[in-house]
Amino acid sequence: MVREEEAVPGTTAGAAVSVMALTCTAKDVLEGAFMPLWVRGEVSDFKAHRNGHWYFSLRDADAQIRCVAWARDRRIPARPDDGMQIAALGQLTVYAARGDMQFAVTRMEAEGDGLWRKALDLTRARLHAEGLLDPARKRRLPQHPRRVAVITSRDGAALRDIFAVAQRRCPSVEIVLVPAAVQGDTAPESLCYALDQVARWADADVLIIGRGGGAREDLWAFNDERVARALAACPIPTISAVGHEIDISICDLVADLRAATPSAAAEAAVPVQAEIRERLRASAALLTDLTADHVSRAKLRAADAARRVVSGAARRVDRRRLELQSAAVALNALSPLATLERGYAIVRTGDGKTVRTASTLAAGSAVDVVFRDGVASATIERVTPNVVDDSVTAGTTGEAR
Amino acid sequence: MSFETSLDRLESISARLEDEELELDAALALFEEGIAELRAASAFLAEAETRLKLLTEAADGVFRVDTLRG
Repeated sequence: MVREEEAVPGTTAGAAVSVMALTCTAKDVLEGAFMPLWVRGEVSDFKAHRNGHWYFSLRDADAQIRCVAWARDRRIPARPDDGMQIAALGQLTVYAARGDMQFAVTRMEAEGDGLWRKALDLTRARLHAEGLLDPARKRRLPQHPRRVAVITSRDGAALRDIFAVAQRRCPSVEIVLVPAAVQGDTAPESLCYALDQVARWADADVLIIGRGGGAREDLWAFNDERVARALAACPIPTISAVGHEIDISICDLVADLRAATPSAAAEAAVPVQAEIRERLRASAALLTDLTADHVSRAKLRAADAARRVVSGAARRVDRRRLELQSAAVALNALSPLATLERGYAIVRTGDGKTVRTASTLAAGSAVDVVFRDGVASATIERVTPNVVDDSVTAGTTGEAR
Repeated sequence: MSFETSLDRLESISARLEDEELELDAALALFEEGIAELRAASAFLAEAETRLKLLTEAADGVFRVDTLRG
């Protein structure tokens, strides 16, 4: 018994070790023996678990190994497809509880940029389905911004380039940096935060978001779907300027304008001051001319109105004169003077009343006899009623009385 | 108010002035308004040097714009 207890573990049946001891020892040995390394193979049996981890096998003609890509550790742009040829960076590990050997993958490269392209295509398809890439969404940039917000790194060349271009084109423009990390794991979150700040601040006229050129992975944050969505939601017009001419990011597709470089973005955002001055001068001239037109039209109208008043008055006077003339003609026709002209005379009493009947007169009444050429004063000697006519008229009246 | 707003207003004032039926009083009032906008817009061009600022947000969500460098 004593000899068995002292035997080296595992060398005799009596000194058998536990399964756990075996797998744990294997884990220590294997994991210590391999440093992280790139392995080439074909992806098969890919499964994305709902907890976010990916499980698959990497195989070639002769062998295969189980692989895991932990959700928290992996930096892989998109899920690989079964059958895809990839190179995976990982660490050989042993899952002691099951005695399984597995390769814990953190990064992955597919042939011909396959995964990057796939990730880009997936994001693009989702944004497209939601209409975020619709050209009709693109807003016009303000022609004369006063304040340009710039989301980029504080120390990068992009900020310097943008500032230099703005300074040259229009010194009155203000450049406001909203600093953000533009590469690395924290970049997407940092960019989203900066975009949120710009939205809440809401005191810039246009936004430039971007960075200078770099490796594809350095630019990757600008392909992040969260960043793209935050950019699409930006309340002010946006210009993206990511990397160089040939790099096109998801942010480029979402922004209202894609500029090839940060300098080009600044040129698009900032007008040339001389042009602004010209536009102001033209506006001032138009304002003055239009107002002057109103004044001269008003003068013309006033003169016209005055002329109409005068000519109207003149016409009224003419009309009156004509009326007067015809009235005078009518009056003349009715005038007793015309009758006198024909040889008749008018008898008037002393107080000027015309005597129409003999019966209004009596012997001794003083009358004036008016002739065409003068008046003769006379005294009535006798009044003789006209017998025949009177019997017809006065007679009947007489009888009635 | 932004330079852009001033220019836009200026242009809409001119557009209204193009209506020949406008009363003279109204036209003159628009003219005065336009001159005020012109002054405001011109003031924006007075700055001689581009300023580089930094947006900072205080804990209470109030934004400040500080000079970053000359």
